[in-house]
Amino acid sequence: MDTLTLSRLQFAVTAAFHFIFVPLTLGLSILIAYMESRYVRTNDEMYLKMAKFWGKLFLINFALGIVTGITMEFQFGMNWAEYSKYVGDIFGAPLAIEATVAFFLESTFIGLWIFGWNKVSKKVHALSIWLVAIATNLSALWILLANGWMQKPVGYVLRNNRAEMVDFSALLTNIYGWLKFGHTLLSGYVLAAFFVMGVSAYHLLKKNRADFFKRSFRIAAVFGLAASIMVIVIGTFHAERVALTQPTKFAAMESVWDTQKGAAYNLLVIPDTENERNAVEALGIPKFLSLLAYHDGNAEVKGLKEFPKEERPPVVPVFFSFRIMAALGFLFVLLSLMATVMSGKDNLEDSRWFLKLMLFAIPLPYLATQLGWLVAELGRQPWIVYGLLKTSDAVSKAISVPQVVASLTGFTLLYGTLVAVDIYLLTTYARKGPDDDLSAILKVSKNQEV
Amino acid sequence: MEFQIIWFILWGTLWAVYFMVDGFDFGVGILHSFIGKTEGEKKTIIRTIGPVWDGNEVWLVTAGGATFAAFPATYALMFSYLYSALLLILFALIVRGVGLEFREKVENAGWKRGCDIAIFAGSLLPALLFGVAFGNIFQGIPMDANGYHGNLLRLLNPYGLLTGILFVLLFIVHGALWLSVKTNGDLSRRASSVAGKSWYALLVVAVLFLIYTAFATNLYANYLENPVWFVVPVTAVLALLGIKLFALKGGYLGSFYASCLTVLTVIFTGVTGLYPNLIPSSLDKNYSLTIFNSSSSPYTLKIMTVVALIFVPIVISYQIWVYRIFRQKLTVDEVLKEGGSY
Repeated sequence: MDTLTLSRLQFAVTAAFHFIFVPLTLGLSILIAYMESRYVRTNDEMYLKMAKFWGKLFLINFALGIVTGITMEFQFGMNWAEYSKYVGDIFGAPLAIEATVAFFLESTFIGLWIFGWNKVSKKVHALSIWLVAIATNLSALWILLANGWMQKPVGYVLRNNRAEMVDFSALLTNIYGWLKFGHTLLSGYVLAAFFVMGVSAYHLLKKNRADFFKRSFRIAAVFGLAASIMVIVIGTFHAERVALTQPTKFAAMESVWDTQKGAAYNLLVIPDTENERNAVEALGIPKFLSLLAYHDGNAEVKGLKEFPKEERPPVVPVFFSFRIMAALGFLFVLLSLMATVMSGKDNLEDSRWFLKLMLFAIPLPYLATQLGWLVAELGRQPWIVYGLLKTSDAVSKAISVPQVVASLTGFTLLYGTLVAVDIYLLTTYARKGPDDDLSAILKVSKNQEV
Repeated sequence: MEFQIIWFILWGTLWAVYFMVDGFDFGVGILHSFIGKTEGEKKTIIRTIGPVWDGNEVWLVTAGGATFAAFPATYALMFSYLYSALLLILFALIVRGVGLEFREKVENAGWKRGCDIAIFAGSLLPALLFGVAFGNIFQGIPMDANGYHGNLLRLLNPYGLLTGILFVLLFIVHGALWLSVKTNGDLSRRASSVAGKSWYALLVVAVLFLIYTAFATNLYANYLENPVWFVVPVTAVLALLGIKLFALKGGYLGSFYASCLTVLTVIFTGVTGLYPNLIPSSLDKNYSLTIFNSSSSPYTLKIMTVVALIFVPIVISYQIWVYRIFRQKLTVDEVLKEGGSY
């Protein structure tokens, strides 16, 4: 293998692992902030215990998101030096802004939140977790505006042998980036909601602390329902935008080979890349694909054959990733709808089959978010910046095969260990259940009352 | 002033502040198993940096991001040329972070021992390698029209290693003083004693470094051309002496502030000498990466300047605010009682 293939693999490994930790952080921070705010407003200690219990799980996960995050920023320079030189003028800015505006905020206030229980007032303490939640979501915005630019480059001119920024506001208002932001953020919310529901289901099955976990389940169910509906709505807008700006990716997502007007949406498709056709194509809904992509049943959908072979993304993984992700998306709406209805009644703990289902559903949103990124990044190939720079021209010239073999091996082993530790700690602390002893953190407020 | 010069100053400042704040984290990480005799003491030592280390590390992320945004060619070449060294730093920082965050998560002696090793190695290695990397940047990197001609072993040349040792000792003194200020009783006295003793080693290495720099690098050329800049290294030397002076009077807080100033001015001594280079070429001056030939466009630099001028002061303000919230000294008893809070 050459440094290009190895570097691509390494980016895939490090990004995929990083994104195991990030989506839970995005959604859980908001749920915890909501719980702690309820505590501040109602003085109901149940909400405080909730913030603490879910907070513990949040922190285990958060720490790993942080440490694997640094790699992402350094890797552009280490493995993708030609890319960094060529687009750094415009791509570096959102990354630097992300660090300045968001990373400092989340990393500073997470420290205050963890250790500040006795140091600041209840309100300031709740504010600190809100700041963490806002900062985490804000950092997603900047990195997705950066990724949005790779998908749909805007606001630049080619000058001095590179892409130079000429319109910062075009970068900020890039609709592609915002759709990506909305879609990614909401998928994180869905994931966090299913995480909270799954862990709660575990305890409800064990008939452990029913009150605590029914309330947690309820909050997550409503949050999850809203998020899973919205993720599909925004996903649909996103797909339209893909059809408009990245026709090769869209054709691969739907495995469309021939350009056609009034394209049907086939429920059952098996692509046959070698013969540039679909081996199986059945259960078609007439004109539905054209309608989905262009709001017009007679619109023309471009097929892959329209483009030279070397400009097409790998169809099979993009197609299946997209199909499975989309199917999971609808499943999430169904499950969280059921969860909302059932948690509204008082006897949730008696629906044991449903609780089991929700427990085993925990990994599904993880799978969906990973598949989503495969569609986004593999679907953009062979481009690293769509239409502007090929991935093969972006890799560093100064690195050697042994170097990248060593780093790829190192990352895989290290990150594999981290995931094992993560799962071990999350399971241990999730099983333990909430801590009833609040003396350590309520010391000051009690004293103040005296 | 030209934007490139503003960003050169900001670039130097970000690195200098990074080493000032994460420097004592490194020192604490290196020393914790040696100064802490009991489990309670070790826990207390780590607890002193618990609320702040993560926010400190972001200065590195920002320094990296700023290099990318303001000097993309330098970012690209520096990071790909120093690939193996940076990789080791990354691994070490990951291992350190995990050790710090997860040490208290499992009540098991073997686990804690593992985390202690992770914290130690994850602090010592970056301290050393950052020094080695900067030493090599001060000397110049072997690069020309055909790219890079060095490797990891060539980075470990005498001057690179000396700079590495300088960084390690600097952070050991810095971290020991932090512990001396942040803890009480026996623990604090032991930390002060470590700071006092390692200061002599630091002094010797610092003097060697200043002399060797004259032979191994071109850094002094800027100073000879514009002697007014000698104020930077002179301040560094005075601050270094100040550490001892304050310590002798028992004023360890003053001593700690002096070591903050020492770290800042040591970095600026190097940075001032580099100007206008970010990374000089040791082979051919024409291939040096300067702030002019490797910078972003004026438009990008202008936008980044506005962002930095608004947000960096805000960041500094709330970080100081959080440091103040956690300003009180920790006692072992308190930390052990805290147990359940996280």
